[in-house]
Amino acid sequence: MAKIIVVTSGKGGVGKTTSSAAIGTGLALAGHKTVIVDFDIGLRNLDLIMGCERRVVYDFVNVINGEANLKQTLIKDKRTDNLFILPASQTRDKDALTRDGVEKVLNELAKDFDFIICDSPAGIESGAMMALYFADEAVVVTNPEVSSVRDSDRILGMLSSKSRRAEQGLEGIKEHLLLTRYNPERVEKGEMLSVEDVKEILAIELVGVIPESQAVLNASNSGQPVILDKESDAGQAYLDTIKRLLGEQVPFRFLNVEKKGFMKRIFGG
Amino acid sequence: MSVLHCADLSVATLQTLLSAKLAQAPAFFLQAPIVLNLNDINQIPDFVSLKSLFTELKLVLVGVTAANPEQKAAAHAAGLAVLQAPKANVKAREPAPAMPPATSAATSSAGVAAVAATMDSKVVEQTVRSGQQIYAKGTDLIVKGAVGAGAEVIADGNIHIYGSLRGKAIAGANGDTSKRIYCYNLQAELVSIAGNYWLSDSLQGKFWGKSACIKMQDDSLVISELV
Ligand SMILES: Nc1ncnc2c1ncn2[C@@H]1O[C@H](COP(=O)(O)OP(=O)(O)OP(=O)(O)O)[C@@H](O)[C@H]1O
Ligand SMILES: [Mg+2]
Repeated sequence: MAKIIVVTSGKGGVGKTTSSAAIGTGLALAGHKTVIVDFDIGLRNLDLIMGCERRVVYDFVNVINGEANLKQTLIKDKRTDNLFILPASQTRDKDALTRDGVEKVLNELAKDFDFIICDSPAGIESGAMMALYFADEAVVVTNPEVSSVRDSDRILGMLSSKSRRAEQGLEGIKEHLLLTRYNPERVEKGEMLSVEDVKEILAIELVGVIPESQAVLNASNSGQPVILDKESDAGQAYLDTIKRLLGEQVPFRFLNVEKKGFMKRIFGG
Repeated sequence: MSVLHCADLSVATLQTLLSAKLAQAPAFFLQAPIVLNLNDINQIPDFVSLKSLFTELKLVLVGVTAANPEQKAAAHAAGLAVLQAPKANVKAREPAPAMPPATSAATSSAGVAAVAATMDSKVVEQTVRSGQQIYAKGTDLIVKGAVGAGAEVIADGNIHIYGSLRGKAIAGANGDTSKRIYCYNLQAELVSIAGNYWLSDSLQGKFWGKSACIKMQDDSLVISELV
């Protein structure tokens, strides 16, 4: 049965789309047939990060309105097998996504895919609610700062009260904390919350810590999910995250300030 | 928790309106905690007179909601809590109202007390998240997790929080000054017992970040550490 995972945060710009692209790609690399659905109507960032913006013909809203079928609309990723993208519409009509329409599309995707990743828009309005409503699991993307943690707390409240699982009295959504843009130096200086602080406040299981990294910017500039940059810290941190999502126990990395090596010290690096 | 929406908050109008309501169901409204919604009003109501009107009518004015900054300041000055609009967005089971013992006459204020004593506590299994509000009517509230910043827990009885209290906790909401708040880690935005409240500034110090019990003693709140 397909698993629906929403990538959500409340606060904007914390790394939802970056993480959706990485998680979708990582699950596909692990051999699971995966589709990433862009719920951010009007903005369309996902196809830029996935580097498929020029291949968009139809979109999510076209499928809901019956103007195109899924087969015509899904974009097959060129680099990664098993991976597809359902792009968002550029319509300005925020109410273009109806609950019945979304349900119909997700049900149809569920027949074919192992994982459906829903990239949520920011905020706690209808778009974000639509993205989380049908979820089985949630990746709550949080930056180590007070306002982001507060918004994540708020979204966790929504997950446990405003989702389909909550309304139908089913087992609750499985919640995962993904800490992104983590900068150990700034944590050490007390300018950012530590992993432990955030874990204590949100009280959900930690699935990954992604360091603040130039590799993410390079990746999005070249339209390639950072998880494919296997040498980079952020790429490796996302690979670890995928293993944990799939149930493996993996130690956390990139949590501490890197000690300068012998050579670097000699040359004053 | 009842929310009163009213476009005219003059003492005279409210007196007529509330008296009529109370005449319909006196027992139901006895010592009922009430929140005033200020959405439809622009001026600053006379909160002090309103408070005494509520007390006279045996109602408890807990706080205001949807207030603008000036109204908030005036509400604070009058000793009222500023709350978010009550809404039930948490799926916590309402405690099943226990049957009052057959011998107790369920009339007058004694009847109300008897019912309260036999009610099961309301138990919240998970953490109460920012933006959520829980109200335990006529009973104690037990929260197994934390109460997040921006969350509100309200009980007519005592409140027990086994995680950190970072949001607001209001015990004895229907005016019972003998009720208490217990929490495992005190970092609250507001604590209130029977309408007497402290904001986070007054809570800083010795007990901040520790397990604590808050109660009323000689007309003021006191905090002590749990051992
Ligand atoms: N680990 C990281 N290191 C450095 N930069 C990052 C990291 N993660 C995300 N960013 C940058 O942060 C910005 C926002 O990222 P992204 O678009 O993924 O966030 P979002 O939560 O989807 O935003 P929105 O709420 O607008 O949808 C981008 O410029 C991205 O490159
Ligand atoms: Mg985004």
